Amino acid sequence: MVSTRFAGLARRGLSIMDSSMLARLGRTGSIIMRRLSLAGLHRTAAATVLAFILTCGAHAATEVELEPAGNDPDNINSLQRGARNFMNYCSGCHSAKYVRFNTLGRGLELSEDQLVENLMFNAEKTFETIQAAMPMNDAARWFGQPPPDMSLIARARGTDYVFNFIKGFYLDPDSPTGVDNRVLAGTSMPHVLWELQGYQTADYSIDENGTEHFEGFEQVTEGSLSAEEFDEFARDTVNFLEYISEPVRSTRRVLGVWVLMFLIVFWIIASMLKKQVWKDVT
Amino acid sequence: MTDDVDRNRRHFLTVATAVTGGAGLVAATIPFLSSLKPSARAQALGAPVEVPVGSLEPGEMIRVMWRGKLVYVLRRTEEMLSRLGSVTGYLDDPDSANVEQQPEYAVNEYRSVKPEFLVVEGSCTHLGCAPLAEFQVGPADDWQGGFFCPCHGSRFDLSGRVYKGVPAPTNLRVPPYRFIREDIIMIGVDSGAA
Amino acid sequence: MARIESEVGTRTGAVMKWIDDRFPFTETMKYHITEYYASKNFNWWYIFGVLAMVVLVIQILSGIFLTMNYKPSATDAFASVEYIMRDVEWGWLIRYMHSTGASFFFIVVYLHMYRAMLYGSYKKPRELIWVIGMLIFFVLFAEAFAGYLLPWGQMSYWGAQVIISLFGAIPVVGEALVEIIRGDYAITDITLNRFFALHVIVLPLALIALVFVHIVALHHVGSNNPDGVEIKEHKGPDGIPLDGIAFHPYHTTKDLVGIIVFLMLFSAVMFFAPDMGGYFLEHANFEPANVMATPEHIAPVWYFTPFYAILRAVPDKLWGAVLMAGSVLLPAFLPWLDRARVKSIRYRGWIYKMALGAFVISFCTLGWLGMQPAEGLYVLMARIFSVIYFAFFLTMPYYTTIDKTKPVPERVVYHG
Repeated sequence: MVSTRFAGLARRGLSIMDSSMLARLGRTGSIIMRRLSLAGLHRTAAATVLAFILTCGAHAATEVELEPAGNDPDNINSLQRGARNFMNYCSGCHSAKYVRFNTLGRGLELSEDQLVENLMFNAEKTFETIQAAMPMNDAARWFGQPPPDMSLIARARGTDYVFNFIKGFYLDPDSPTGVDNRVLAGTSMPHVLWELQGYQTADYSIDENGTEHFEGFEQVTEGSLSAEEFDEFARDTVNFLEYISEPVRSTRRVLGVWVLMFLIVFWIIASMLKKQVWKDVT
Repeated sequence: MTDDVDRNRRHFLTVATAVTGGAGLVAATIPFLSSLKPSARAQALGAPVEVPVGSLEPGEMIRVMWRGKLVYVLRRTEEMLSRLGSVTGYLDDPDSANVEQQPEYAVNEYRSVKPEFLVVEGSCTHLGCAPLAEFQVGPADDWQGGFFCPCHGSRFDLSGRVYKGVPAPTNLRVPPYRFIREDIIMIGVDSGAA
Repeated sequence: MARIESEVGTRTGAVMKWIDDRFPFTETMKYHITEYYASKNFNWWYIFGVLAMVVLVIQILSGIFLTMNYKPSATDAFASVEYIMRDVEWGWLIRYMHSTGASFFFIVVYLHMYRAMLYGSYKKPRELIWVIGMLIFFVLFAEAFAGYLLPWGQMSYWGAQVIISLFGAIPVVGEALVEIIRGDYAITDITLNRFFALHVIVLPLALIALVFVHIVALHHVGSNNPDGVEIKEHKGPDGIPLDGIAFHPYHTTKDLVGIIVFLMLFSAVMFFAPDMGGYFLEHANFEPANVMATPEHIAPVWYFTPFYAILRAVPDKLWGAVLMAGSVLLPAFLPWLDRARVKSIRYRGWIYKMALGAFVISFCTLGWLGMQPAEGLYVLMARIFSVIYFAFFLTMPYYTTIDKTKPVPERVVYHG
């Protein structure tokens, strides 16, 4: 039953649970089945720990050195590509429940047709918000907690964090998903973008205090994108996430300039009046 | 001389400051007042609704909600339609001359797109109570069937047209709607893509 | 032409008389505005009282409009804030106005209080103005604290958790008190609901009442000035203080300039950096409250951090809370701690100048320390600066007595 649900996801171009990936990893059985077959106690504990780790990511971010995302929220093309990336690769599991398609379309300068054809896979009406294709209750059971909503992730964690998270999956045979993440150790998220990025391993050195230091990634299998192309992919996606975390950003900056210009004029006039009136004061 | 110049200048600057400040204040009220308008969510919730009417028996009425408002969809029988002409003399606005109360395509005796189907808002034009459906021909007052408002006794005929001498000033309002299929009405839009 | 004007004049005059016979309108206007005389040598430190008023108005206005869309419930609060930010037309501006206003309120009030310390504005005969002002400050703290819970983000929740737990440090009644504040065994929907009530009606009402009393008291004794000279002691034949100028049009035109400059700064933050790098809107507060996970690094919003640093400097729950409360309350006693014969810093000796400088440095450093993790050197520093903070107040009766002051001029110093 579980696998049929995922078949639905796979039809939509999502390859998270693609069986060939699991075969290539040499794993037995699906991740889901494994998680479900875990002893009850073990599972509850794991879920609690995962929940804890996932929400404490902000702190993890301060410890891990982050490569700057270098995204530009004013670059509309990048935002459009990011929206496409998000809807194709992320929205199967992650919602962005405060974002309405029609508002998004206006902000990204997309026509209604473009919106419907390129972004609205699991929505019928343009005024709907971005909901994950995956039922959240099931998700909570499969992953220990539902995949977090993405509406505000860039604002809560920072774009650099998200950028490095997307790029940070590496092979880890001890993890139930087969991968761990450099910036969010123990994440329950599988390496969704393996087809694009390929697989990498992480080199950690251990210093005299026993602390681990990240040294770098090593590409094990190639993905369909080159490293530079994948960086662009991640950058566009992060850019989109930053945009949806505060869609009004560019509006407020434009308006701010006008308000300040008005205040400067007002200040000049008021200063002249003050000077004039204060001529009385000796 | 300089006193005069000063006084004029001061007067000018006072007015200039007041005007600029006033303009700023007026501009500042715009966002506050605009925030009172229906929000994006309200607009989303107020989106058009589809009403399947194929299964409606002749003479049957259903109540649907659109934008938080009650809408009556009544499938009138041939016999009901034939009664419409007989009450014209008692009505306040039999020809639907008041353009506020219905879209252009509902300006006819039936106040509807298809004579068979009446779509009106279930809100008395007096003070907003929901009129009762009293479709039977009654003995009292030569009642030819229609809607009767229990709050203050306003009466409307089977096209939602208001009778003379009742508190309600106008006919029941016809919302914008159209048939997207033979048997499906979409309330809230009159043209364009569904 | 002249006839018409005078006729209009008499008519308005008659209307005014009708009103004045029933309500002291003209009298009030004169007393508080057109014939309220304040010293002509005010410098820009004197703008912050007016600015506090401006921020209060901004907060009340933006707050009213936020209330129309906000939902005080644990399930809906976070989403309703995002609803305001995204779905309500201009809602983002109103929300940013309110969040920026909260921080600016404290900036302005801290500077307003510092002005009083610079020029001895709390000294006789203005002790009550100062005490009422301190009450305003306490209410403002409560107001800001209650307001910070409302977005129901991670920082809202865990910040409230920490601060409310402080009351648990009170012996005997502590735990019961904490339950009464929360209305539940933990911070829940119930707590949020009552904090909403406190934030939108109880505390603002108290705030407005206290501000009113603050101003009545001020206008009764008259404003101090940078020289700390009582201008009422030198009046002209018309009974007007020789160094005083009417609030309107002189101070009003000057204040307007200050208000505009303030609005520029306010707008700069609101439009270009509403988060202010995480100081005005904390990053973690963009994640909904999660009872399962404390963010590892909890820091209150910046305006609480000096006192928070004092709390953490003490390795004991009760004494930490006591000292923190003490650090907030102590300034209220300034009128009686300060024994100097002069008011203004201009005529004080070097000891007070040093002491005030040390106080400012310790207050700011404590503010910074309150945002750092409580470990190692930071704790040591917090302890040192806490001692300086308390020493400034507690040894004041001594050092202000021995401090060598300069002679105060008869009249205020004004250079045109």
